[in-house]
Amino acid sequence: MAYHSPNDLASALDIAAQKSGIIVAGGTDVYPSAKQGVHPDFFLDVTRIRGLDGISSENGNLKFGAATTWSQIAHADLPPAFDALKQAALEVGSVQIQNAGTIAGNICNASPAADGVPPLLALNAQVELASAARGYRVLELADFLLGVRKTALARDELVTAIIIPPAPEAARSAFEKLGSRRYLVISISMVAATITCGADGRVIDASVAVGACSPVAQRLSLLERYLVGKRARDIEVGEHHLSPLSPISDVRASGSYRLDVVAEQCKRAIIRALA
Amino acid sequence: MNKKANSATIRFRLNGQESQIVPSAGARLSEVLREELGARDVKIGCNAGDCGSCTVLLDGKPICACLTLAHQVAGRCVETLAGLHQGDETTKALAERFLDMGAAQCGICTPGMMVSAIALLRDNPSPSEADVKDALGGVLCRCTGYRKIIDAVMGAAPAASDVSGRVGDPIRHVDGPEKVSGQQAFADDIAPPGTLEIFIVRSPYPRARFELGDLEEFVATRDGIEAVLSAADIPGQNLFGVIPQFVDQPVFAETEARFRGEAVAAIVGMPETIRNFSPADFPIKWTELEAATDIISAQLAAASQLHAGRNNNVMCGGFVACGDPETAFSKADATVEGHFQSGFVEHAYIEPEAGFARMEGEKVEVYACTQAPVMDLEALEAILAIDRCQIRVVPTAVGGGFGAKLDISVQPYLALAALKTGEPVRLNYSRTESMQSTTKRHPSDMNLKIGATKDGKISGFNFYGEFDTGAYASWGPTVANRVPVHASGPYYVTDYRAETKGIHTNNPPAGAFRGFGVPQAAIAQECLFDVLAEKLGIDPLVFRLENALHEDMPTVCGQVFSQGVGIGKCLEALRPAWDAERSDVKDFNEKSETFKRGVGIAAGWYGCGNTSLPNPSTIKSGILADGTIVLHQGAMDIGQGANTVITQIFATALGAPVQSIELIGPDTDVTPDAGKTSASRQTYVSGNAARLSGEALRAQVLERLNVASDASLSFAAGVIRATDESGTRELVLAQLETDIEGYALRAEETYDPPTKPLDANGQGIPYAQFGYAAHLVVVEVDTAFGTVKPIKFVAAHDVGNAINPMLVEGQVHGGIAQGLGMALMEEYIPGSTENLHDYLIPTIGDVPPIETIIIEDSDAHGPYGAKGLGEHVLIPTAPSILNAIYDAVGVRIFQVPATPARVRAAIRAKSEPVAPL
Repeated sequence: MAYHSPNDLASALDIAAQKSGIIVAGGTDVYPSAKQGVHPDFFLDVTRIRGLDGISSENGNLKFGAATTWSQIAHADLPPAFDALKQAALEVGSVQIQNAGTIAGNICNASPAADGVPPLLALNAQVELASAARGYRVLELADFLLGVRKTALARDELVTAIIIPPAPEAARSAFEKLGSRRYLVISISMVAATITCGADGRVIDASVAVGACSPVAQRLSLLERYLVGKRARDIEVGEHHLSPLSPISDVRASGSYRLDVVAEQCKRAIIRALA
Repeated sequence: MNKKANSATIRFRLNGQESQIVPSAGARLSEVLREELGARDVKIGCNAGDCGSCTVLLDGKPICACLTLAHQVAGRCVETLAGLHQGDETTKALAERFLDMGAAQCGICTPGMMVSAIALLRDNPSPSEADVKDALGGVLCRCTGYRKIIDAVMGAAPAASDVSGRVGDPIRHVDGPEKVSGQQAFADDIAPPGTLEIFIVRSPYPRARFELGDLEEFVATRDGIEAVLSAADIPGQNLFGVIPQFVDQPVFAETEARFRGEAVAAIVGMPETIRNFSPADFPIKWTELEAATDIISAQLAAASQLHAGRNNNVMCGGFVACGDPETAFSKADATVEGHFQSGFVEHAYIEPEAGFARMEGEKVEVYACTQAPVMDLEALEAILAIDRCQIRVVPTAVGGGFGAKLDISVQPYLALAALKTGEPVRLNYSRTESMQSTTKRHPSDMNLKIGATKDGKISGFNFYGEFDTGAYASWGPTVANRVPVHASGPYYVTDYRAETKGIHTNNPPAGAFRGFGVPQAAIAQECLFDVLAEKLGIDPLVFRLENALHEDMPTVCGQVFSQGVGIGKCLEALRPAWDAERSDVKDFNEKSETFKRGVGIAAGWYGCGNTSLPNPSTIKSGILADGTIVLHQGAMDIGQGANTVITQIFATALGAPVQSIELIGPDTDVTPDAGKTSASRQTYVSGNAARLSGEALRAQVLERLNVASDASLSFAAGVIRATDESGTRELVLAQLETDIEGYALRAEETYDPPTKPLDANGQGIPYAQFGYAAHLVVVEVDTAFGTVKPIKFVAAHDVGNAINPMLVEGQVHGGIAQGLGMALMEEYIPGSTENLHDYLIPTIGDVPPIETIIIEDSDAHGPYGAKGLGEHVLIPTAPSILNAIYDAVGVRIFQVPATPARVRAAIRAKSEPVAPL
């Protein structure tokens, strides 16, 4: 076992191309999933790579470095379209987890209940990946997440950034999380909504994403289309809007319960975004 | 420059000092801080970021040291509680506030709590309650109910006062300073770095046969492994248990494991070897067998029998009957029935079981967290087959117990490994091991029928409950016996029948957990009382008052108390809140559609001490020639405060200030047996022994000086002065002979509660005293989600006499938090919830304000009138919440936890007509 902590991306990518290692940033998912007696060939610590952390503007997009922590996001000065992401940041585990856990770690862990994913989906996030052999590529987040604990990350690749294309200035957003206790809780279900309204109070554009109700968090396109042209007081969310969802039963709740509550949860997120 | 640093030195600042480490790749910061840099104030509760007890500041920000790569701190600053407490004024001030509020009980979460709070207070010196919750939401506490912690961080007015510590004084915990400064040594904090460690091989199946491979070859061919232990290595009996007739649990299973997580072997080796050991490398062949994992299938003829002689897997039963319930039902104007269920509840103390053992000459010394050091000694005596004078059990500070640390866990493995290797050894259960292998609260399946006449008097009561006791008996027989005695609740019930059975399954052993089955039974009884009161059209509080026990009324066991029955006073104390809160809730609900509020009440009682069995405590005290007063305080303090309460009682009896008394803790070599910390008995039973010991010591002084019995004593170096009307006299201690322990004066006294056996119908004197409780809760239900949020508790407790009112409040808060967890979120599912993120306990954001009303209906047997309290608290909590849910949304929940899914399903079932088939 070795520990590597490169300062530059090129070195990191060279290391990533070697045998099977573990990429570690905050460690908040690496350690809990570690098995007694099972060891990787190396740990590749990405937290000291120059340029990999922090939020910047690039070509009109907002670029979140892979190692940007949830605390950095929660306290960043961002447009209102990012409120859902900031609210989600404050629901990732606890302050301790938010201070260490990173945005890329959250998506690479690919938990169906990752709190960061629905707001990123609702912001049309893209994932920037790099490898020594093939250079950079960019995937839609929805294409990066393939299933429970499964992503499109190649064995020799690193996520370098999450890129958010510009949202309308009028876009507003909100995040709703349902869990069995107040803090440190894995979501039963959660919803992020990004809504843009016209001066007449009618919805022009809507993105709604639901987590923990399918192997990968899903955008609700039927609901999004339905919302266009609606005013807050007209909005009713029903089961027919939820077709991509396929919630399972687990220790947190039954699948039927998740389907039952998520429509109301969507409505609350939308109304809060509109408020 | 890139660092490729497998063996490179890492430099960083630890608590202001330049430090260097050479961590192995992947080493956790927590491990390096504790084992290489001596920072044992960083506690390990879960190794998964679920409990926050390892919180340290990294460049000023709180992080979990257990999730941080040690390498990542290179060039950075790490601060821990012990370091902060030495140099940081904010921390020192916060420590004083923790002491003034009693915000540290067992103290295991305290470093994580305080470090998190420091990060907050540096940014925000006057935080709001919401700020405090957000900042401390990542640290779990199982003792305090969090409210005192919130008060301490916000700087509320102190609850403690700086007085002599007589009975009734709300003094600080006498052992508090070590806890708030990071100095307290818990069970995993004793062993020197580099000590040999133990890894236990456990069954991955609920039931499986196994064959061990060649263990000698395994040891011989593995570097770093010193020994392997299995059943073959046990010199004495390979069995332990807590009840003499039910000693049935092997230290190591011999051919068949009866539950998932059962120990079958142990490896002793170097720390690095143990840390990297893969269980797959151990030579063992498993054959999974069909398991009975619920009480229904376990009782079928086809089910395998877990223990010979326990037919149909029925371990034992309990029974209490009086009068004629069937006739009473026929005379009742209303009868109601209910079927209630509850699941396993995990104790979830933040300190997993741990310990250290070493050979001291021929003697094996075991240092471990425990609630019952002398029972541990007796168990080891049988397992090791050596004389008890060759075993010494020294309890460490205990990071929470709540019943599960009454049974042995790490102790036999430690002792066997120390004996076999001759070397010091340590063992620290992982969170998963702790959850898999130690006892739980019994799941229950209860049927209850109650009748009443139209004037609101109970007329007939019939309870039948089955309890899943898991693979081994543990305290299951106690649950089976206690429940029928208590299932009536604190009410006058003349026609009564209560029967229980404990059923073996291939589940983890269920044992003692705060209340021994009574909290489960109280859910059935107190919820069904509300159903009955509604059916009769009687207010639930009035109905309870109408039936409350009073002095000179027999209990269901035929026991008649002429004094000290405080339930009526507890219920009356809730009346103002009952009226005010219901009125507020009515107003709220008129304006709110989706969110509905409700008010619920419930009551409870609990007998202190063993049920109709001898239950003595012995307390020794003495005065050294130099005048030092020494109290051998053998009552295990597991956070509840025995160190403080027993000392206050002793100090009052002797007539000396608490501050002048030096404590020697439980240690089987030097401190007599004060019994186990269980059954809410320490304040009552050990408290009485402490009173007798203090009185006897005082009597010796008075006699030698020939002064009046009310003389005031003062203790100075080498001399005791007694002052009465005739003046002041001096006892010069140097003039007295001292005994082998150096005592010039000494007193050792024993107290055993007066009880009498129960007959075949459970009639007799089960306990010398009962304590009483009544809770009121206001909840808010989100009808769309089924989430239930308690927003206020009012808790009235008859404690006889509050020895320390601040500690009474602490027990009330902590018990309510556990009752809230049991009511709303906690259910242990073997194989599924073996960690603290799938098994949920309340966080700081889940426990609302609690108003504690202390009722003091003095008890004739209690020391200065005091009664026990610890277990009483959570008995009314869960049913009060269920009753409040009904009040809010009109649905009755018959199964706990009342998860959002269960509550929502009940709401839907009520509001939607049943679809035709």
